[in-house]
Amino acid sequence: MSRLRKLVDDFRNGIIPENPLLRLVLGMCPALAISTAVMNGFWMGVAVTFVLTGSNLLISLIRGLIPSRVRIPCFIVVIATFVTVVDLTMNAFLPEMHQILGIFVPLIVVNCIILARAETFASRKPALNSVVDGLGMGLGFTLALVIISSIREILGTANLVVAGWRVFGAGLPFNPAQVMVMPPGAFVTLGLIVGALNLATRRRSRRAACREEARS
Amino acid sequence: MTLDLVAIVISAILVNNFVLMRFLGICPFLGVSRRLSTAMGMGVAVIFVMTLASAITWIFQHGLLTPLGLDYLQTVVYILVIASLVQFVEMVIQKTSPALYQALGIYLPIITTNCAILGVAFINVREYYSFLESSVNGFAGGVGFTLAIVLFAGVRERLDVAETPAALQGVPIALISAGLMSVGFFGFRNLFHFLFS
Repeated sequence: MSRLRKLVDDFRNGIIPENPLLRLVLGMCPALAISTAVMNGFWMGVAVTFVLTGSNLLISLIRGLIPSRVRIPCFIVVIATFVTVVDLTMNAFLPEMHQILGIFVPLIVVNCIILARAETFASRKPALNSVVDGLGMGLGFTLALVIISSIREILGTANLVVAGWRVFGAGLPFNPAQVMVMPPGAFVTLGLIVGALNLATRRRSRRAACREEARS
Repeated sequence: MTLDLVAIVISAILVNNFVLMRFLGICPFLGVSRRLSTAMGMGVAVIFVMTLASAITWIFQHGLLTPLGLDYLQTVVYILVIASLVQFVEMVIQKTSPALYQALGIYLPIITTNCAILGVAFINVREYYSFLESSVNGFAGGVGFTLAIVLFAGVRERLDVAETPAALQGVPIALISAGLMSVGFFGFRNLFHFLFS
């Protein structure tokens, strides 16, 4: 029972408490670069989740075999292999998305989240926990990407296109602010989201402190 | 020929600035931009490694991968080449020039996971650049990175003493300032139109 509980905790950890993008502020480059449309964010998230889960599993399985002095190069080779798998698969089945994401697909190799999880989690924990951690972190990253890219797409194009379907029909009744789908919009959107999250956390901890005081 | 090189340099530094327009190397851009002096050191280290990495990955791509039809190994080979290159540069500098090592040493290990370095290698191969063009693109990309991070460090030194709302302190306000700088770099968008027509 407690092992199951541990697994659930490992899974939930990556979604809110240690959301890689919004809490740990890791993996910014793809998050800023490709979050111009919600489908781009979604597929980038899926690609990262696959690489993260695969590399976590493999690294956890071979963690006893790797001498600690050369562990980083070993991790990088494992990660690069999974990235190659994603790169080739995307090129074959989603050629248009592959074109849009461009160099950011192979650049998943240097996404700090993946190496960070390999180093701090997968190289120390059993395989099952590592897989669950990879899935949780990947899901958290995907969610954050989807949120950022939806905001940017809605404000920048006054519409949202999900798998070819226009969510708002003819578009929302305002003039799209094109700057949102351009580079400056990325920085400002992510900055404001992280700020809003900070604000929520501060409010909650202050309220908890008040309640504590009232009780004593 | 020369015009091409000039275009590459202007593009990499101003029009398609690696950090503010292409979003490459955001982690060091946010991580080591608190002080002007560290930003400068990081910038010089990136220029150095990026130029070398562009040249060496070009040699690997056109001397090894393309002739043998091993294009699918690109990602694995590039990252290994860059990681060993950084290690090698670190050792050489340590032995030959302690003064330079003192200045750049601490930045070199972080550079391996700087996506600008790997990114420039991929851009070079996708744009079909020649050896010279690749090296120039690497150098100019590094200069663009340095320009952005040094300007940004100046902004952040002022932000430290400015009154910001508590929730925005740290990363959020840094991101928003970077966004405003990025708006500034939009001014260079029409530079090509202006220069070459």
